[in-house]
Order: sequence, then structure tokens, then C-alpha cells
Amino acid sequence: MVITNKKSYIKQTTDYNTKLQKKLWYKGSKAQRLEHIVHGIFLLLGLITVGCVLLITIYLFISGIPAILKIGIVDFLFGKEWASTAAEPKYGILPFILTSIYGTAGAVAIGVPVGFMTSVYLSKYASPKVKSAMQSAVGLLAGIPSVVYGLVGMLVLVPGIRKIFNVPDGAGLLAAIIVLAIMILPSIIKMSVTALDAVPKEYEHASLALGATPTETYFRVSVPAAKSGIAAAVVLGVGRAIGEAMAVMMVAGNVPNMPDSLFQSVRFLTTAVSSEMAYSNGLQRQALFSIALVLFLFIMLINAALNFFLKGEGSKSN
Amino acid sequence: MSKKVVMIRKIVVMMMAAILSLTMLAGCGGDKNAVSTDGSTSMEKVIGALGEVFQNDTGISFTYNPTGSGSGIKAVQEGRCDIGLSSRALKQEETDAGLVGTVLAYDGIAIIVNPKNSVSNLSLDDVAKIYTGEITNWSKVGGKNAEIVLIGREAGSGTRDGFESITNTKDACKYRQELTSTGDVITAVSQNPDAIGYASVASVKEEVKALTIDGVAATEETIKNGSYVVQRPFILVTKADTPLKGAALKFFDYITSADAKEIISKAGVVPAN
Repeated sequence: MVITNKKSYIKQTTDYNTKLQKKLWYKGSKAQRLEHIVHGIFLLLGLITVGCVLLITIYLFISGIPAILKIGIVDFLFGKEWASTAAEPKYGILPFILTSIYGTAGAVAIGVPVGFMTSVYLSKYASPKVKSAMQSAVGLLAGIPSVVYGLVGMLVLVPGIRKIFNVPDGAGLLAAIIVLAIMILPSIIKMSVTALDAVPKEYEHASLALGATPTETYFRVSVPAAKSGIAAAVVLGVGRAIGEAMAVMMVAGNVPNMPDSLFQSVRFLTTAVSSEMAYSNGLQRQALFSIALVLFLFIMLINAALNFFLKGEGSKSN
Repeated sequence: MSKKVVMIRKIVVMMMAAILSLTMLAGCGGDKNAVSTDGSTSMEKVIGALGEVFQNDTGISFTYNPTGSGSGIKAVQEGRCDIGLSSRALKQEETDAGLVGTVLAYDGIAIIVNPKNSVSNLSLDDVAKIYTGEITNWSKVGGKNAEIVLIGREAGSGTRDGFESITNTKDACKYRQELTSTGDVITAVSQNPDAIGYASVASVKEEVKALTIDGVAATEETIKNGSYVVQRPFILVTKADTPLKGAALKFFDYITSADAKEIISKAGVVPAN
């Protein structure tokens, strides 16, 4: 149908809408009931997510707290030795906590600058062709399963570190940091590009009109305008880095050492749980749940801190 | 008022739906015409081969859950599977809890090094000294001057338990890497010329070199006659007070019979019967 007269078309549709409303009005109670049912279904589906979060949280607390109480919170969190299957078991997770912190910090230190610069390039400098090609490459990187990262790390990165730094074995903190840095790149790039693309063109045009160079404009105008999005990208990266287990397990060496050097074989909070869970029993199993609880609190803490920081920034600039 | 009633009704409906979906999830029962096994990852090859032949011959469905010896033993105890698989002898507390072990086969643990390594024989004592950190350089055992990199399995692994109990190095091993699967150990050793590791004889590939221990190579014959010392049993775990029935009994009888011998040795381990 070709619409010849826009006004009459609008009138027609509004007529139809009022008719429909009238129709519904007559069948009011039935329609209302249907509406309620639909509302209920959506609510139920929405509650599944909330329910899962609650269930996991409660479960983690219930299964994580007994071991902490048994071991003692100070011995557990600040004990430097983990020997869960020894005749006299020791359950100190300080090495895991420090490793997770160092590992994540290292990955962010490498991943964020690279990811940030890449996203500025993609959003502002790259030609549409280059942009689409590079973005699909980034998308592909995001889709690679973590076990593949681990395998490539094992076959290429670990022997490489061994040769370059002339150490007996390449598996350790440095290998894990590099793998994590690459793994968090896609999430950082994707979110930062979205944030930078969303900066109103008027801002940039105004800056350019005032005589600023494009580079000055991008870094002094576009980036500050997109900073909350970029910060969110960093949060996402931190979350992914601290929660990754599979790839890290294959390259980090997994010995519960204190992380004193980059080449030390180390165990992360995630890998501490996953490497022993299958065979564990008794207090060891409970302690693994406690580690999971610590990891969970850690992620919540990081998210909360960064959210708080972001909100603070937001209200200041307003 | 009526709005409130509707709200309450809505909530009741929602709760009922939630309860219904939960009971549906919980409602899946066990299949009578099936046999389930659970346990040692080291036994995957042998039990998988046996299960496949059994399933093809009888039509009874067979499942295997590779969780680890400890989990498998626990699964039997809690009645979550018919037969538990353990790649270590049962502990005293486990037999006290009413579990019975039947040896299915013997598995040799190969001590593996990188093919580039010139060392090809070690004494069991040397292996223990290497793993406890008493010997840290290959030159001490006839190799080149390079630091020995110790690769092992995670705490609780059946292979690690087997290795450490045979070499008497329990809790004393100074690992450089603790990996969570046999495949990872082999890969790590194949990538590092100075590494030493251990893995089931059945899973050793050409990428690594298996050492002879006290001059004895790990072969079926040497494992069976006991001259190759780094070996452990593969055990079928059942409950003493509840005898196996139906499909599970059929499967148990089949894999411990002479018919299964060939399949077991094809899987790289030495049949016990």
C-alpha cells in the first residue's frame, strides 16, 4: 500500500487504536487477567536471575564459613602455607590472595593501555573498512575458549619465557599475566569503543572549530566524555581477569608458593579451588569453598569500589 | 481491595510455578537398565573401552563420570553410582565404612623426560631424591648441567598419590608445576628439555621419553611380574552390605571375567585376573 496522505494514515491508525481500546474495554476483565498473567510470567523469569544470585551467595556462605571458623580467620587469610593433603594439613591462603591481586594488577597494567589505545584508534582514527575488520578480529578473540588460550600459552608462551629469560621453567606468574592481559583485551576494547562512539559529534566539532588538533580533541574531549564507559570496561576486565581459571591453570605452574618473583610457579584463588575440588574431601573440601567465598567477596568488593568511584566522579562533574 | 487480592493471587501462582519447576528438576530418577561408574580419571581409557564393548553387546547403557578416585569412592558410598573407580588402594577408613575393592588391573606409572634428555635410566632412589629436591641438577645423575624441573599432579590426584606412595615421597615433593591432567603433564614435559614428570604408562606418547627404573622398562610383563616397581592397582569399589544387582552385576562380572582381558590390555594396563 502506498501512503498518499500521511495525515489520513495517522488518523486511520489512531482510529484503529481507539477501536482496539474500546474492544478491550468491553472485554476488560479478561484482558486484564491476561495482562496479569503475562506480567507474572515476566516477573518470574526476572526473578530467576535474582534467585540464582541469592542461591549462590547463600550457598557459598553456608559452605564456606565452617572451614574458616575451624581453621581460624587469621590463620586462613594470612597463613603463608597451603598443604591440604599433608599429614598435618595447613590451610593458609595468603599466597593465593596475593597471586590473584598481582596477577590481575599485572594483566590490567598491560591490557588496559593496549586496549584503551586500540579503542581510541578504532573509534576515532580508523577508516570504516579497517574498523570493521579489526572489530571482527576483536570479536573473534573474545570468542576463543579459555582452554585454547591455555594450550597456546603452554605450547608457545611458556617455552618462550623459558628461552628469553633463561629460567629453568617458563610456567609462572609472568605467563599467567600475559595470558590474562590478552584475554581481557576484547572486553576492554569492545566497551571502550562503544563508549567513545557514543560521544556526541558536536563536542568534537566544537573542539576542532576552536583550533584543537584531532589528537588533542580525542584525548581532551572525547575520552573524558566517555570516561565512565571506559572505566566500566576496566571493571569488566578486572572481573574477567580475577575470575579466570582454566587458562591460568595451564600456564601458572599451580604450586602454592608466595609470589616473590615473576617467574615463580604460583596458584591463583580460582585455580586453588578448581585444581583440588575433584579429589577433595572433609575439611579440605570445606576450605576450598571458603576460598571460593573469599574470591566471591573479592569480586564484590572490587565491583563496589569501582562503582562507588564512578558514581563519585559522575556527581562531581555534574 | 481487589488489587490486593489480585496481587496475592499472583504471588500464590508464582510460588506454585516455582515449586512445580523445582519438583520437575528433582524428579529425574535412576534408570534400572543402566550401569553408572564414577571415579579415577586415570581409568578413563580402560573403563571407557570396557563400557563401550559392554554397551554394544548387551544394549545396557553405560556411563562413566571422570571425577577422580576420591570422588568416585564417595559416590559409591553415597549411592550416587553403581561402581566406584579408584586408582589407589582403599584406605583403612574407607574399608571401615563398608567398601570393598576388587583389583581390575595394574597400571604402571612411567617416569617421563624430554626426548632431548640424555638420561635414560634412574634408580627408584634417585627418582625419590630428585622429587624431594635432594638432587637438583641433571649432571648428578649422568645428564648435562641443567636444573631439573619437576612436573607433577595436583594434590589428591590418584597418579600423584600412587607416585608419591611408591617412591615414599609423600608431602615432600618440591614441584615446579602441579598440573591437573595427564595430558598437561606430558605437554609440559615435551616442551621443556630439563623437565621430569610422571604419567600412566598407558597414556605416554612419543613426545616424551619413558625412563627405565633400576634398568627395568615399564612393559606389561614387567608390571605384571612386579619387576617394574612404579605401579599401582586399578580398583573397582562396591559396597559390602548392598550387593550389586541387575545391570551393574552383569557389568562387574563381565569386566572381571577372562573375556575382558584383551580389552584391558589393549587399553595399556595389565589385567589382574
